[in-house]
Amino acid sequence: MSQDNIVALQAVDDEDAGTQYLTFMLADEQYGLNILQVQEIRGWEQVTRIPNAPAYLRGVINLRGTIVPVLDLRRRFDMPVAEYTKETVVIVVHAADPAGGERSLGLVVDAVSDVLVAQDDDVASTPDFGANVPTENILGLVNADGHMVMLLDVGSLLETDRAVGGDA
Amino acid sequence: MSFDMAQFHQVFFEESFEGLDIMESGLLDMDPGAADAEAINAIFRAAHSIKGGSGTFGFMNVSEFTHVMETLLDEMRDGRRQVTGDAVNVLLQSVDVLRDMLTAARDGGEPDEERVTAQRADLDRVLADRDAGVPVGDAPEVEGSTSAESPGDVQPIGWRIVFRPHQHLMRTGNDPLRIIRELGSLAEMSAECDIAELPDLESLEPEDSYLSWNLRLHEPIDKAQIDDVFEWVEDDCDFAVIPVMPDSYDPAATAQPAEPDTATADTDKVPLQAAPPPVERRDTADRRKADERRKHAGGATGASSSIRVDIHKIDTLINMVGELVITQSMLGMLGDDFQMSRVERLKEGLAQLERHTRELQESVMRIRMVPISFSFSRFPRLVHDLSQKLGKKIELKMSGENTEVDKTVIEKIGDPLVHLVRNSLDHGIETPEERAAAGKPETGTVHLAASHRGGNIVIEIRDDGRGLPRDKIFAKAVERGLVKADDHLSDKEVYDLIFQPGFSTAEQVSDVSGRGVGMDVVRRNINELGGAIEIESTPGEGSAIVVRLPLTLAILDGQTIRIGDETYIVPLVSIIESIQIDDSMLNKVAGRGETFRLREEYLPIVRMHEVFGIDEHDADELTDGILVVVEGEGRKCGLFVDDLLGQQQVVIKSLEANYRKVEGISGATILGDGSVALIIDIPGLMRLAKQHAGRSDAAMALTA
Repeated sequence: MSQDNIVALQAVDDEDAGTQYLTFMLADEQYGLNILQVQEIRGWEQVTRIPNAPAYLRGVINLRGTIVPVLDLRRRFDMPVAEYTKETVVIVVHAADPAGGERSLGLVVDAVSDVLVAQDDDVASTPDFGANVPTENILGLVNADGHMVMLLDVGSLLETDRAVGGDA
Repeated sequence: MSFDMAQFHQVFFEESFEGLDIMESGLLDMDPGAADAEAINAIFRAAHSIKGGSGTFGFMNVSEFTHVMETLLDEMRDGRRQVTGDAVNVLLQSVDVLRDMLTAARDGGEPDEERVTAQRADLDRVLADRDAGVPVGDAPEVEGSTSAESPGDVQPIGWRIVFRPHQHLMRTGNDPLRIIRELGSLAEMSAECDIAELPDLESLEPEDSYLSWNLRLHEPIDKAQIDDVFEWVEDDCDFAVIPVMPDSYDPAATAQPAEPDTATADTDKVPLQAAPPPVERRDTADRRKADERRKHAGGATGASSSIRVDIHKIDTLINMVGELVITQSMLGMLGDDFQMSRVERLKEGLAQLERHTRELQESVMRIRMVPISFSFSRFPRLVHDLSQKLGKKIELKMSGENTEVDKTVIEKIGDPLVHLVRNSLDHGIETPEERAAAGKPETGTVHLAASHRGGNIVIEIRDDGRGLPRDKIFAKAVERGLVKADDHLSDKEVYDLIFQPGFSTAEQVSDVSGRGVGMDVVRRNINELGGAIEIESTPGEGSAIVVRLPLTLAILDGQTIRIGDETYIVPLVSIIESIQIDDSMLNKVAGRGETFRLREEYLPIVRMHEVFGIDEHDADELTDGILVVVEGEGRKCGLFVDDLLGQQQVVIKSLEANYRKVEGISGATILGDGSVALIIDIPGLMRLAKQHAGRSDAAMALTA
């Protein structure tokens, strides 16, 4: 690596004092995930369906020997269902389990878009829409070049999935 | 020197618990009056290690308590004390107390002080039984010289110590000089060195120790302090500690210090006369035996995170990995310069690779396999205690202790087995009077047997007691509303009733077999392990409980089934048979519940695609598909599927690790093509089918 590159990387590092978010598209909306919680990004592949699971839970995949559930975020957030295309990707995220371990989860999204850097101060809290709009999985909102990006709370997504799935 | 002792705690606790197991099994084997010296030695050693370890790690209460036990054992070992039934019982109880103390120390809790004190008083009482007045700590060692004395309590004015290190002492990291210095720090000391064994310079090994010492401590210090100094080297040296009595007391004792020259000559005899056991007990063969026993007896209590593996298993594994590496480099070479002409060799190499991988998998699995004796070892004690408590004469026979099972299975099967054996003792075996009246030998027998059958381990608990009271069970079940009085049940179905929640026929609730919350839990635990439980019983002749368990929880023999384009695995153990049915076998109950007749039974049909909500499936007519007849929790049913694909061994993966428990599914596996297939949990599926039937308002009765 040349000297210049190193300098450039350091510059990026300094600039990135905030948190990095991986943003993705869902219908026309843009969402973000803390990049440290993103394990990998995969193309959509056939999953094994789990009987009597909620419709948004597409099934499970084999991720190098571990069984990882995959859920469709559009269905999870009650958005119109879309056909899976070549751009459809599965973002595998992981978060600490309250039981002490770590759990992984695949999220089906329309497309991955960008990496966004946001200072914690820039994150606005989620307005209260009442019971009609579920916001329990949204950490906050960030404005990026005029778009609004909703930051998802991976931990709560894992949790609520467990709870919601429980009575299915 | 300061390092974190905590890192050794786990090892210490594991070893101590193993030591307790050795002590326990040794004590149980001991016949009062005719004790085997070797057995006492093994028990003594175990106690001694626990004492040493707990002292080192600062668990002083444990160390002090063990010291008293050790004193008692030491006297038994030297033959100075008769091995009485009372002493053995007190020692056994002390083992329990010690286990509690160690558990408390491990978990950072407080032991039951009252119990400890009471037990200690008990021990002291036994100790005081014969040699009243002799201070507990000093009793065993000093006795050799004090027994001849009049009871007039004469304190020694000093100690004479003969210290003869074994040749290898320094190689164990110990230094005689350090020991002598430490003794010197205790009291004023004079030392003499015996160089008689020092070889010529040519044959001298600089790392061996050839010297021995005659040491004299001129102050009446506590003997325990001296013993502490030798704590770590006592296996690697011969030493004897002899009290020096005041002039006025024993002329012989005064003569010795006056004649230093003869003392050297005495050394050969002194340790043998004054303390024969040090030489005797340090017999290495003996030690090895104790170690071996420890290996077999250990680990029965609690789930530990480490495992002892036979070195042969590891060697096999290393060989296998070596083979694998050779195959890999062979394939690598082939790939670097590949031509079509070499395709045969490539195929050969791949076949070899497959074989090695399979063998490797098998050997790795074998590492987790441990003999069932790990679980059985607790039963002699249990039977011993319980038969006393219940006033029954019971003999325990065990066979097949070396049958190997997966470690996880061993850990989880312990409690259910205890429960079953207790039941056998409490309800099965009659009192001696009843037995005599029935023309049976007074001593009842409980036989615990383990064996491999197919891919399963079968554990049998067989007693020659009164057998299960069929009528009483039936009456109780009617009373509890589990069955109707006019139901006709086979013997087997009646016996199965005892596994229903909240069922107990014990006339009185005893603290032995609990309150009837047990058997359903036992069955559930066994089912969770993928096993099954069955009862056989002949009135008046005895009963047998047969537990069938998979050898490992990691691999399962499965039948792959297809429903539409979905693939599932049914554990082979649950499958009775697979049949194609015709109309003549089909029946409907109340016009809706589908059943079929298999020989003399009517079994419900579970349409898998309905229960699992699979839209696209091939067969709607029952006669078009296949019925897989399965059994779970004593019930049978037919699973209606599209096709059978094949049988294969599958590696079980957890669904719960990243998701949650799914009703009717016990886990998942990865098929040859990398896709995931779910493994069906038969009892769970039956529950699910029942709910499903309830929801769709079909009166499909699965409670046949």
